[in-house]
Amino acid sequence: MNRFDFIRPASLAEAVTAAAVPGSVYLAGGTNLLDLMKIGVTRPERVIDISRLPGLDRIEWLPDGGVRIGALVRNADLAYDTRFATTYPAIAEALLSGASAQLRNAATVGGNLLQRTRCAYFQDTASACNRREPGSGCDALHGENRLHAVLGWTEQCIATHPSDFCVPLAALGAVVEIQGVEGRKDIPIENLHSLPDATSARESALLPGDLISGLRLPPEAAAFSENARYVKLRERASYAFAVVSAAAMLDMDGDTIRAARLALGAVAAKPWRAHAAEAALVGQRATREAFEKAATAALADARPSGDNAFKITLANRILVRALTLAHEGTPKVMPALPASPFPEQHIPAPKGDLHVA
Amino acid sequence: MPFSISLTVNGQPNSIALDDPRVTLLDLLRERLHLTGTKKGCDRGQCGACTVLLNGRRINACLTLAASLDGSTVTTIEGLADGTDLHPVQAAFIACDGLQCGYCTPGQIMSAVGLLSEGHAGDDPERVRELMSGNICRCGAYQGITQAVLEAGHVLSQKTVGPNTGLQESGRNAA
Repeated sequence: MNRFDFIRPASLAEAVTAAAVPGSVYLAGGTNLLDLMKIGVTRPERVIDISRLPGLDRIEWLPDGGVRIGALVRNADLAYDTRFATTYPAIAEALLSGASAQLRNAATVGGNLLQRTRCAYFQDTASACNRREPGSGCDALHGENRLHAVLGWTEQCIATHPSDFCVPLAALGAVVEIQGVEGRKDIPIENLHSLPDATSARESALLPGDLISGLRLPPEAAAFSENARYVKLRERASYAFAVVSAAAMLDMDGDTIRAARLALGAVAAKPWRAHAAEAALVGQRATREAFEKAATAALADARPSGDNAFKITLANRILVRALTLAHEGTPKVMPALPASPFPEQHIPAPKGDLHVA
Repeated sequence: MPFSISLTVNGQPNSIALDDPRVTLLDLLRERLHLTGTKKGCDRGQCGACTVLLNGRRINACLTLAASLDGSTVTTIEGLADGTDLHPVQAAFIACDGLQCGYCTPGQIMSAVGLLSEGHAGDDPERVRELMSGNICRCGAYQGITQAVLEAGHVLSQKTVGPNTGLQESGRNAA
C-alpha cells in the first residue's frame, strides 16, 4: 500500500472540500477500497475518512410513501430492517446474496454503489486496462473473458458492474443524492454508472469531490412488495459474485400484470434496467410465454464480448426464472440461501449433511 | 502525521500511537498489541481468518484501517474465555471436532459468536452454512463447524442472564 494522508473531516461540507483535491478518495466501509489499495490498483494521496460523519446512517420513511437511505447505512442493517425488507423484499434478497456476513456488516450503501469492477485485468496492474489507466488498452478483450459484459460494452472496456444491491435499485428507479463542491444534486441511479464509449471507459457521472450522501426510493417502488424476487446464479453456492443475476418485480391485478420492473446484473458496466421488457409485460397475463417474450426483449441488443455467448442464454433463462418466482409471490421468510435459483422447494437437498443447495 | 487512537480491546482500554495510517486493525492486533490469535490468511477479505467483533459485530480486521477506529471496542479470540472457562462456542468447536489444523479456527469462532448474536440462523443448518460462508476452512472441517455453531446456539439459548452467558458475555466485551 502506498503512503497517504489520512483526513477525518467533521462535516459533509469539509469532506467534499477535502476530496475535491486531486488524488483524494473517500473511505467508508473500506471493504473494496482497502483491497484495491493493497494490490496497488488504487494509490490515493489522500484518504478522506467519512465513516464517522454524523447523520448519514439512517433509514428515513418519507411522507410521500418513499424512503431515504443514508449513505453510511451498513448493508446488513438495511437488509435486516424489517419494514425495509417487507416493503422492498427484492432489495433485501439482493443484499443478503452479496459478499459475506462480515463484509455486509462493514460495507455501506454508498460504497456498494461505487464499488469497482472485479475484472481480473483491472485488478492486475501488469495488464492493460482503460479503466485503471486510460489509453492503455483492454487485455480482457482477448483474454479470459467468459464472465464479462454482453450488453453496452465497447472495445474500450468489457467489464461488468459487480453489485447485487444496485440491480433491484435500478429496477425500482432509485434516486442518488450527491453532495458536490457546487451543492446538492439528485441523479437517477441509471445515470450514475457510465457505459464505456468508443474512446473511453469512464465509470461514473461523479465529479471530483462528489459524495453520495444517500439514496431515495420513489413512492411507486412500494407497489411491488407482494411479487418481488432477486435471482443470482453463482459458480459456488455462496460468497461469490454473480455470473448473471436478475431482479423481477410485478404489480399484479388478478392475473394481469399492471406494472413490471426488471433489471439484470453482471451483464454490463452498469446495473441493466430492461425497459423494453417491462413495457412488454404491462397488461399481459402472467404466463411463461409472456415472461419469455419479455426476456427476449431484454436481451435483444446483447452480443458476446468474448468467450461468453452462454451468458446471453443464461440471462434469458434467469430472467424467466426470476419472473416466474416473482409471480409465485414474495417468500414469507427469506430463503436460507438468498437469491439462489435453486431453492429447496424446487430441487430438494439430498439427505445427509452435504451442502449442495 | 503521528496521531493516537483510543481502542478498547477485550475489555482493556488502550491509547495507541499510530505513526502510519496504513496500519490495519489486523496488523495492529498482531504486531503492536501482540494478540496473535487473530490470523492473517488472505489479507483481502476473502477468507475470514481475521474475523473479530468490532463494536459487537463481526468484521474482517484486514479490511479495516486502525486510524478510522478511534473510540471503538474490539473483541478478539483472546477475549472470549472467562479465565479457564471456555466460551460456549469455543467448547462446542472442541466437542464437535470443528477444526483440523486450527489456523482458521479463531476466525471461525469469532464469526460464529457474531452469527449467534445476530440471531438470523435459528437452528437451521442451511442458514448456518450460508451465514458462515465468509470463513474458509482449507481442511474442510465444515461439517463439524456447522454442528458446533448449532450446538453453541442451543447451549446459549438454554442459558439465563449471568456473568458468563456467552452472548451476554460477548456483548459485554463488545459494549
